Amino acid sequence: MSDLLQFLVSGVTVGAVYALVALGFTIIYNASDVVNFAQGEFVMLGGMISVAGVAAGLPLPLAALIAIALTAAIGVALNTFAIEPARGAPVVSLIIITIGASIFIRGVTQIVLDKGTHRLPSFSGDDPIHVLGATVLPQSLWVVAGAVAIFVALWLFFTRTLTGRAVLATSNNRLAAQLVGINTRFVMTLSFALSAAIGALAGVLITPILPTSFEIGISLALKGFAAAMLGGMGNPKGALAGGLLLGLMEALTAGYISSHYKDAVAFFVILAVLFAFPRGLYGSNPVERV
Amino acid sequence: MSLLQVEGLGISFGGVTAVNDVSFGLETGKIVSVIGPNGAGKTTLFNMISGVYLPKSGRVRLDGEDVTGLRPDLLAVRGMSRTFQNLQIFHEMSVLENVIVGFHMHERGPVLADLFGLPGSRRRARAAAEGARVLLERVGLERAAEREAGALSYGALKRLEIARALAARPRVLLLDEPAAGCNAVETEEIDRLICEVAKTGVAILLVEHDMKLVMRLSDTIVVLDHGEKIAEGDPALVSRDPKVIEAYLGAGTTEALHAHG
Amino acid sequence: MRLSPKQSTLLVLAVLMIASPFFFPSNYYYRVGSLVFVNSIAVVGIVILTGYAGQISLGHAGFLGIGGYACALLPAHFGLPPALAVVAGAALSGAIAYVVGRPILKLKGYYLAVATLGFGVLVSMVLANEGWLTGGPDGIKVPDPGLRALLEQVGIELTNPQFWYAFCGLVLFIGAWLALNLRESPTGRALRALHGSEVAARTAGIDVAKAKLNAFVISAVYASVAGSLLALQNRLITPDVAGFMHSIELVTMAVLGGAGSVLGGIFGAALLTLLPQVLTVLQDYEHVVLGLVMMLVMIFLPAGLIPSARRLLRGRGE
Repeated sequence: MSDLLQFLVSGVTVGAVYALVALGFTIIYNASDVVNFAQGEFVMLGGMISVAGVAAGLPLPLAALIAIALTAAIGVALNTFAIEPARGAPVVSLIIITIGASIFIRGVTQIVLDKGTHRLPSFSGDDPIHVLGATVLPQSLWVVAGAVAIFVALWLFFTRTLTGRAVLATSNNRLAAQLVGINTRFVMTLSFALSAAIGALAGVLITPILPTSFEIGISLALKGFAAAMLGGMGNPKGALAGGLLLGLMEALTAGYISSHYKDAVAFFVILAVLFAFPRGLYGSNPVERV
Repeated sequence: MSLLQVEGLGISFGGVTAVNDVSFGLETGKIVSVIGPNGAGKTTLFNMISGVYLPKSGRVRLDGEDVTGLRPDLLAVRGMSRTFQNLQIFHEMSVLENVIVGFHMHERGPVLADLFGLPGSRRRARAAAEGARVLLERVGLERAAEREAGALSYGALKRLEIARALAARPRVLLLDEPAAGCNAVETEEIDRLICEVAKTGVAILLVEHDMKLVMRLSDTIVVLDHGEKIAEGDPALVSRDPKVIEAYLGAGTTEALHAHG
Repeated sequence: MRLSPKQSTLLVLAVLMIASPFFFPSNYYYRVGSLVFVNSIAVVGIVILTGYAGQISLGHAGFLGIGGYACALLPAHFGLPPALAVVAGAALSGAIAYVVGRPILKLKGYYLAVATLGFGVLVSMVLANEGWLTGGPDGIKVPDPGLRALLEQVGIELTNPQFWYAFCGLVLFIGAWLALNLRESPTGRALRALHGSEVAARTAGIDVAKAKLNAFVISAVYASVAGSLLALQNRLITPDVAGFMHSIELVTMAVLGGAGSVLGGIFGAALLTLLPQVLTVLQDYEHVVLGLVMMLVMIFLPAGLIPSARRLLRGRGE
């Protein structure tokens, strides 16, 4: 029983990060129909820049803030210089562009920062909290609380603010949004900034638990992409559900079956879901227009 | 029994009925036109007959066989071919190759023979290319054979689609607005082409907005409004039908049946 | 005499293969050349799948892994001669592609991408984790096929790199010839047609699902043969061969050179194989340059290098 609880705790913690990465995928996908394989690099940047900031003597909150702002700027640059110019390109080209961007960001990070593996100090100590026989790291609570806060804030943004509604309108119908006077280019820029900032924040939150290095982005991107697919591409609720589900399944597999196949089961389940529901758990099924 | 028999066909999208209980028949060598105001369900009806949509109710029979909801490629094998309202051209292929694809059922063979370029494979490909050139000549595109299809004009692409559909040697040919966006000369060519094809014994189902063309070509006209059949008969009869006139005027379109009739 | 596009492609290929060694400063370059050929073989398979049929696979390195490990495991456990293991591996890859492809190829776009990606990741994980069979992350030894010794008996003496250069070159030449045959054949035309418009292809009587499966199986066999050749000449195979990054590299090679054309794919393979060799001088910048090349080519020459160059030449000619 306490084992199970322990697995659930670690599953939810990792799942919250996957959910945030999946959310980043979702926001960009909705604004531009692009699956941004560089999404994982935003998480990496969030962690790595914070680490560099702290090493330079900045207090953690300030270092984190700088990391998030810088990453958001990099997200905007990615959109301006790589995605916008390739508008309308086939899916294969867009995949190559964003993977190219991911490799590029990795390369620059390795040169500008370093190749080492780093960990941030925990926000509120490392004394575990004991709950029903399971131990919970305080940082896990930070991660989960951070994810919840972001999802709530985004939900408010999309439903209560004019800008948020403009983003939603654009994702529903780009042309119609343009016709009613929404600046869809601004919406794209905003989406990349938002998505990069969310990724960076996830990176800041998780780095005290999972050490970061310039290489961690790609596997996070794959997991986040998988989570987004699981929930149905383009659906924020799906991103949350997919992320948590993936985190839990990984933790349970690692706990009960084999830690070697932790990552495999995620892809296994995705294949199963895709075969059963070719458009994800919450995806819509549009009629083919001829 | 007609060659193509449509019985009580219906479909709805998200609770909205798009086509409801439409029936009619089509005989060898005859031309039947489906007309109606925009949004009457003509293309939806086409998509159900040609296997692109699965109808919610009703049957489609081809030569007596129930072919309802059969995949388009299986319908093609049974002799049904079609063109599309919003062109479906293989843009990156040459004009000639577009038509050769239409011969697919006659030129296909073992994959390994194709990989190794065996004489049989090359013979099949050559025969298809020869057939395709004849068809291109028939639609007046023989001089554009080697050009990339994407470079052709709209009217030429319409004819290219007809040539591709004919390559499958259909018994039933569905033409979805073949003259839409064509100028007077091009429309005339398509008019002549449809007549010729019908004379060779192909049954033609036509959706078209050019009333002049419809009135001149059709043996029978089926009128749809809000997804329902409101009239059926020869052109003279249909154009005098008060329900038809009301549907067109009531829908606020500028198409006046009598202006051209 | 006018050459057909197929003949001219094969001629260019043959000339390059035969002429290049005259400029090799050392034996090492034969090794690089045979690596180019091995990657090219896999990429020609991607050209058929992605360039002709328009289907994405982000997991094709999985088939390289299957082909490679077949050459290690079948001789060790079943006593199969390594040369025959290549064929058996190809057959196995084709069979797996057939089984996996049926459900996967119903998916489109990003969904197809993630499904193939999942397949590739699963294969590489099995190879890395089932150490009792595969030797784990460090890989496994591959026996010598003994073909070079066979040549020596008939009086042809080649160094090891020279032999693999010639042998992989020959296999690539055959692979290119098959792919070019396919392109203008009824099967290949059906693939290119469904790439353009699936609805129209269906209406022409093309069984789209079957056509896609054909392309998937054929491209898997190409990848498998490439994996086998890689394993045989390295005398070692590791799970990295089947990894996600390798799948991405293969697709990038194809798209960079121009996925629609066999020559383009081979050119892309050559470029991306040589790039790291050139960049060893500025090792730290390898990632930066690779990422930059990927982005710039896709943004400014989306058709790929060779088709873009062809268009440019044709534009001048008129």
